[in-house]
Amino acid sequence: MKDRYLRNVATLRLLDEKCFGCGRCAEVCPHRVFIVEDKKVRIKDKDGCMECGACAKNCPVNAITVKAGVGCAYAVIMGWLTGSEPSCDCSGGGECC
Amino acid sequence: MNKEKSCCSPVNACYAEVLVTPHNQKDEWVTGEIHTSQGSVPVISTDISFEDTFGAWKVRWGIGRMNYRINPGLYALGQPDHKSPVLVSANYKLTFDALRKELSGLHCWILILDTKGINVWCAAGKGTFGTDELVSRITKTGLSEIVSHKTLVLPQLGAPGVRAHEVTRRTGFSVVYGPIRAHDIKSFLDSGFKATQEMRTVKFTVWDRLVLTPVELVATTKYSLMVFGVFFIINLIAARTFGLADFIAYAGAVVTGTVVTPALLPIIPGRAFAWKGWLLGLLWTAGFIWFNGWFVPEFLLLAIGYLLVLPSLSAFLAMNFTGSSTYTSFSGVIREMKIAVPLIALSSIAGILLVLIKSLSA
Ligand code: SF4
Ligand code: SF4
Repeated sequence: MKDRYLRNVATLRLLDEKCFGCGRCAEVCPHRVFIVEDKKVRIKDKDGCMECGACAKNCPVNAITVKAGVGCAYAVIMGWLTGSEPSCDCSGGGECC
Repeated sequence: MNKEKSCCSPVNACYAEVLVTPHNQKDEWVTGEIHTSQGSVPVISTDISFEDTFGAWKVRWGIGRMNYRINPGLYALGQPDHKSPVLVSANYKLTFDALRKELSGLHCWILILDTKGINVWCAAGKGTFGTDELVSRITKTGLSEIVSHKTLVLPQLGAPGVRAHEVTRRTGFSVVYGPIRAHDIKSFLDSGFKATQEMRTVKFTVWDRLVLTPVELVATTKYSLMVFGVFFIINLIAARTFGLADFIAYAGAVVTGTVVTPALLPIIPGRAFAWKGWLLGLLWTAGFIWFNGWFVPEFLLLAIGYLLVLPSLSAFLAMNFTGSSTYTSFSGVIREMKIAVPLIALSSIAGILLVLIKSLSA
């Protein structure tokens, strides 16, 4: 069974005109969000995106933007409490984000 | 002549004094060393010893988790030469063990980055498994003198931290992202660096989820002890004292949120983690109250109180499991929390008040 999280929240954007279809984003995405077709890449499953930022970071022409962050409630709470950016300090249990 | 002998007579002795990667001689997983133009490189075993297994078990239960690391640097596996592939990984011992135990029979180099003892996925998110660390580790180990090719195999889950094209620009090494699971590395190497879609997709199996739950459980123990302390103090003045039934009700809600919900995650209806935890928490609490016969006027206050507070507790704990999951996004977690946190807080406060009223006034 495929794990699904909330719909229509991912901040993933693809700038079509910049993309030259190298396929790097499709290679790094752990949730098969992209599909490469005719020397272009297309977002196939936006709701599958977990905003890890791998695609944006590895696109050589910066054709992808995504607000990368840790999908971790504990980190968010600590962020709210301390007024800082949520970051996973790996002390809140679990094997971290 | 004599003097020279004492220093340099075994052919490689002087040579061997330069260590590419310092390591502890007592570590069982180091089986020897291999000599390169840059100095000696430790050779590692693909066998997992009892010590390794015990170490992993301790870490799973949250003991010494932050200090389970190995020295960063270059290691050799089998008898690698200048044409052998280079695999990059993190210096978390658990990650390292998981990798090397899948590589028996292979000849390769393993470049370990200093991720402060954190796994690849998390370290990539923080940026410690990152471009700068990789570039500097390549320079420090003299990797380009040890291998004649220009390809590095990185774990795909390291990609959020590494800008592949920047690594190439700064070092000349090109980056290939390997499969997600160490288990697939052999077939990846054998097929000439081809990963199937399957190898590239993160999974989150029942087992993956279950191994994470002990740490969650241990993390809640501290708070639970405080709760028991409060129970105890209230008992001193209460008309209805807290007893075994209350303890079981509470412990059940904790286990529901930290173990049962994560284990059953995909088959619980709904998407938000807090919702899933709340649903199971409600089932547990209602079942337990019914079992205890508290659905009677005399205990109604207590029953409603527990129905408000315990499912909220499970919901909260389940929500924290988003940090361990492999598919929750930041925006999603924020969306979920904006709704769940106020509800959990209100429901808990109301529930605690009712339970207290019942305890103090019955
Ligand atoms: S990495 Fe960038 S250029 Fe390459 S296919 Fe993806 S979006 Fe297009
Ligand atoms: S941010 Fe991560 S999960 Fe989302 S599309 Fe990019 S690589 Fe895939």
